[in-house]
Amino acid sequence: MFYDVDLHSRLMLGTAQYPSPAVLAAAIEASGAEVITVSLRREGAAGQAFRDLLRQSGRRILPNTAGCHTAREAVTTAQMARELFGTRWIKLEVIGHADTLQPDPFALLEAARILCAEGFEVFPYTTEDLILGERLIEAGCRVLMPWGAPIGSGQGLRHEEALRSYRAHFAGVPVVIDAGIGAPSQAARAMEMGFDAVLLNTAVARATDPVAMARAFGTAIAAGRMAFEAGLMPRRDMAVASTPALGLADLGPADLGEALA
Amino acid sequence: MISVLGSGVAGLCAATALTEAGHAVELIAPGDAPAPASRLAGGMLAPFCEGEAAPETIVVQGQAAIGWWREHTQSFVARGTLVVAPPRDSAEIDRFARATRAHRLVVPGEIEPDLAGRFSRGLFFDTEAHVTPRRALVELREGLIARGVRVHGGAPSGRLTVDCRGLASADCLADLRGVRGEMVELFTREVHLSRPVRLLHPRFPCYVVPRGEGLFMLGATMVETADAGPITARAAMELLSAAYTLHPAFAEAEIVATGSGLRPSFPDNIPRLRREGDRIHMNGMYRHGFLMAPVLAMELVRMIGGMDAGGGDAD
Repeated sequence: MFYDVDLHSRLMLGTAQYPSPAVLAAAIEASGAEVITVSLRREGAAGQAFRDLLRQSGRRILPNTAGCHTAREAVTTAQMARELFGTRWIKLEVIGHADTLQPDPFALLEAARILCAEGFEVFPYTTEDLILGERLIEAGCRVLMPWGAPIGSGQGLRHEEALRSYRAHFAGVPVVIDAGIGAPSQAARAMEMGFDAVLLNTAVARATDPVAMARAFGTAIAAGRMAFEAGLMPRRDMAVASTPALGLADLGPADLGEALA
Repeated sequence: MISVLGSGVAGLCAATALTEAGHAVELIAPGDAPAPASRLAGGMLAPFCEGEAAPETIVVQGQAAIGWWREHTQSFVARGTLVVAPPRDSAEIDRFARATRAHRLVVPGEIEPDLAGRFSRGLFFDTEAHVTPRRALVELREGLIARGVRVHGGAPSGRLTVDCRGLASADCLADLRGVRGEMVELFTREVHLSRPVRLLHPRFPCYVVPRGEGLFMLGATMVETADAGPITARAAMELLSAAYTLHPAFAEAEIVATGSGLRPSFPDNIPRLRREGDRIHMNGMYRHGFLMAPVLAMELVRMIGGMDAGGGDAD
């Protein structure tokens, strides 16, 4: 449940960088995503035509504050998003460094406090820092979105052990892996680890065939979730045969005699 | 008489192709009409490079534009396109190579000597070409006038209207939207390039087109907004930083001009003809104006030929 909304698909899809709105619409359809993210900072109020095309997808829109570098900018952008889309949802992204696009944890927390107090339902894009996660929850966030890897890098789950701890630490909170996912296998991995959803954009938008890649991600994420729910077998250091070694046809009588001795 | 509305690349190509096919044509270009977006274009005839993001139909059809422009502007240059990437983004070269065809892997300095030592790998699309948009537009217009085509701002008097007004046609085309583009013009005698160079970058892809005499056009952003205001500081910083990455001497270049405009675009970003009664729209040129206007103009001639053969309403 993401702010009391139940989703069937656990893929959240970004809408930037596609070859055309038509390809984007087809990719959304193929992915099965029920939530799409939309940026506003650069497009502004005059981006209406593109937003109308996004609305036609019928998907739930999660506006984002991509491109904001200060808490003030992010808060203003969130307020504009609420007006333009009529939603309280906001993916809060406050960039700390223009080159690495790493989130600024301090400005993020400051903006999250202001927006939660104003009644927004905040999806904070954060690092995997546990204390920051706790502070975001204290601020009123009911979803957390740690990064897999830097935005657009396609590196997958760069700090997998830290993310595993994060998942365990915030057991009752919906946690979405946001950014850095490059391949469906990486997304499936996140889902197998028990994360609640994956948010991605570049890996689909910049694929040679974005529509097919969207389908690949939708399928992988569904498979990863199914595997998590089915209960993955634990990893072992030693081989464990799935059939008894005794009675195998290639064991001759001598070997068998030894085995029984 | 056929009335062509609009004097951007779409209108001028349509009027030229129709005139050459023997139709009587008038070009309606009111003095107070908005300046055409094509004035700001890169003028690249790069169907294969465009194939990175554009659908196959642009790649296949766009190739015909190269021969057309060779015949229609003295600014035509056939020296191909060079594609490079900064060392840390060199994976982008592989991605671009996979998404396109008609290229070969080169050492960029061997194609453009001024880039020697700056990039270890590049892609060379040797069949592509480019034109200088403002010159080409002037030449087409002069060519029409020389052939006796009347260019005026009055009411259209033709039996057929070919509507090439770009984004101004949004009053009849509900699915037409503007996609903002921003560009910068630089002047420097320190950098010499003889063909368009595209710099791949995951965030700010950009191209530099040499215009000769030390002039370079640097473009272009793609923003989903109908805001036609002046270039933003962010766009200028991104474009200039990309130019600097291409060659540090661009840092000392003079900024001669900046520009911003809206590309008329359909939802699939594919330019097309659309007939509504006795009005034929030629629109949605998106970023393919110079590439696709001649192609659509030739299609327009065939369409009108077919209509005349079937309908029999002569000029």
